[in-house]
Amino acid sequence: MFEFIKSKVISENFDYEEILLTPILATLLALIIGCIFLLATGESFSNILLAFSNLFIGAFGSLNAISETCTAATPLILAALGISLAFRAGLFNIGAEGQIIIGGIATVIIGFSIDFLPIWLHLPLALLFGAIFGALYAAIAGWLKASTGAHEVISTIMLNLIALRLLDYLLRLPIIQKEGRNDPISKSVLDTAQLPQILSFVEPQLRIHSGFIIMLFAVLFVYWLLFHTTIGFEFRSTGANPNAAQYAGIKASLTIVLVMGIAGALAGLAGANQITGVLGRATPGFSASIGFDAIAVALLGRSHPFGVLFAGLLFGALVAGGRLMQVKAGVSIDLITIIQALIIVFIAAPLLVKNTVPWAFKAKKKS
Amino acid sequence: MKLSNKFFVAFITSLLISISSAAYSFTACQVTDIGGVDDKGFNATAWKGVQDAVAKHGIGSKLLESKAETDYVPNLNSFVAEGCNVIVSVGFLMGEATANAAKENPNSKFAIVDFAYDPTISNVLGLIYNTDEAAFLAGYLAAGVSKTGIVGTFGGINIPPVTIFMDGFVAGVNHYNKTKGTNVAVLGWDPAAKEGLFTNNFSSLDDGRAFAQNLYDEGADIVMPVAGPVGLGSAALASELGTDSLKIIGVDVDQYVKDTKNKSVYLTTVEKGMDSSVLNAIEVAKKNIFTGGLYVGTLANNGVRIAPYHDQASAVSNSLNNEIIKLKSSIINGFISVKN
Repeated sequence: MFEFIKSKVISENFDYEEILLTPILATLLALIIGCIFLLATGESFSNILLAFSNLFIGAFGSLNAISETCTAATPLILAALGISLAFRAGLFNIGAEGQIIIGGIATVIIGFSIDFLPIWLHLPLALLFGAIFGALYAAIAGWLKASTGAHEVISTIMLNLIALRLLDYLLRLPIIQKEGRNDPISKSVLDTAQLPQILSFVEPQLRIHSGFIIMLFAVLFVYWLLFHTTIGFEFRSTGANPNAAQYAGIKASLTIVLVMGIAGALAGLAGANQITGVLGRATPGFSASIGFDAIAVALLGRSHPFGVLFAGLLFGALVAGGRLMQVKAGVSIDLITIIQALIIVFIAAPLLVKNTVPWAFKAKKKS
Repeated sequence: MKLSNKFFVAFITSLLISISSAAYSFTACQVTDIGGVDDKGFNATAWKGVQDAVAKHGIGSKLLESKAETDYVPNLNSFVAEGCNVIVSVGFLMGEATANAAKENPNSKFAIVDFAYDPTISNVLGLIYNTDEAAFLAGYLAAGVSKTGIVGTFGGINIPPVTIFMDGFVAGVNHYNKTKGTNVAVLGWDPAAKEGLFTNNFSSLDDGRAFAQNLYDEGADIVMPVAGPVGLGSAALASELGTDSLKIIGVDVDQYVKDTKNKSVYLTTVEKGMDSSVLNAIEVAKKNIFTGGLYVGTLANNGVRIAPYHDQASAVSNSLNNEIIKLKSSIINGFISVKN
């Protein structure tokens, strides 16, 4: 199963059919099946139209909608970049959720405890600590794989659970827990550790923050790293054929630890982004299963940084649009989860897409 | 071409129809917590209040479910943008988000279940409940019914609206011990240290089963889970063990009615009248006499109560039942304090 998905997501170049057409068709098919689900649950045809039109309006129909889409997409894309980097090196990193938690809690601690730094030092420091701790946490799984051969799928899942319980524990420590509360909730990060909103001068409630720009730089960085550096070449070679890579003089164990470290740094940054840009504090559920949704985003983006960018924006759009869909049409937001799951089914089985709409592919294949 | 034109016309008309049919002069909107609207607990009860208002006054209603706590702020903002006449947010955990939304939108009206602001906010009505008064009765009842002399409780998250149940429960058991000279023990909550058993979520039925199992293994034969849908897992365990071995005390809304699958395991339910208080909040907003501040549900105003014993009525002796009835009026009259 993992081998199969691995082989599907590792495609060297930006292949139009692979990276754009298949995901778009998969999304359309998922929406159509979502429609059928709604009909089956007794929604009227007009209400379904209302639901889907508002799904679109809520995602792109106004400045606020676009801002919400971007806000929801930013952490997804950051974490998915890490996951796709690991995919490229042949590693299935299920641990983004745990790395987000560890990165986020490190950011919170730096965010509330240091009160003497100006924002241009404090904020980068908080983000940096998030990335470093995410990297260290992910590197544990990499090191276990490199030294003992422990499969990274198992170890990252276990590390997720450890992170979750560690968070519960840390949030109840008196130095972290918010004063006057008995429930697990951290102190709030100071203003100097908060990502500024970038469109608040237009309207104060536009939540899009500078984490979005950081995310765009991360996309470019991963693209450069993957396709324009020796390290990136080593990652991809190891992913394509670890034995051949070994014979070619690439140190497999070092590559594994390194790639997991960078993946963890990106996931940790996603956690830091949520803390400093959206929530301002940590609670047991702050990771909001972004780390798992990001796996879907990485798959949908075919593990290509630009593909991940579009896939993340699409998932962000579904989250933001789903809200208006429920407000206007009363259709449960659970439909969004179904659509996301269907997209993944179609992505994991591209042949399904090619067989359903063969005419979209035939013309391109000849060229 | 013609066919596609027809489709287009059909699309536009159906769109217009659906938009026009959705127009109400007054709309009440609810943002649920992560438990979701079908949690058979507090989200569902608050939503019932909204639905009661719809049935009674012909108003419109809208619902947004939070999938994660990152959804609180955008969900509230969506309803402000939608022009809701009153926005009901459900749960203590939404306290900060609701306060911020209320301050940023002074013209919108909010009601929040389980949160009391100090000082109060002029456009937010906090709906809180002296649940300990009803839980006190449940504790007394449990102590009287227990055969092992050990009863248990556990919570979802260590927050005041949860622990107030546990405080009252322990106080009720202690009162029973004091009156009868018995030594019934309560596991799972220490009111002085404010520490106890918590699942740290409001969603895992597995946790509900595991925590109840632990308490049962320690000898408890009556357990009160204060964790929304988590308690359904405890009820399933009790149903398997048999109600002679383990009985459950439900919370929020009469679980005999809600959890029909395992209804016979419920000794009673510590009910919190969120539906009536939400309905009331909507009504005052509709009559334009809405003021921010605080509503407190008590035994006296029937804002909190204990549910009938239903299938477990035979387990409660007549004398115990009479004591409970007397106890209730003593609490209402202030003769007995439910504090520990």
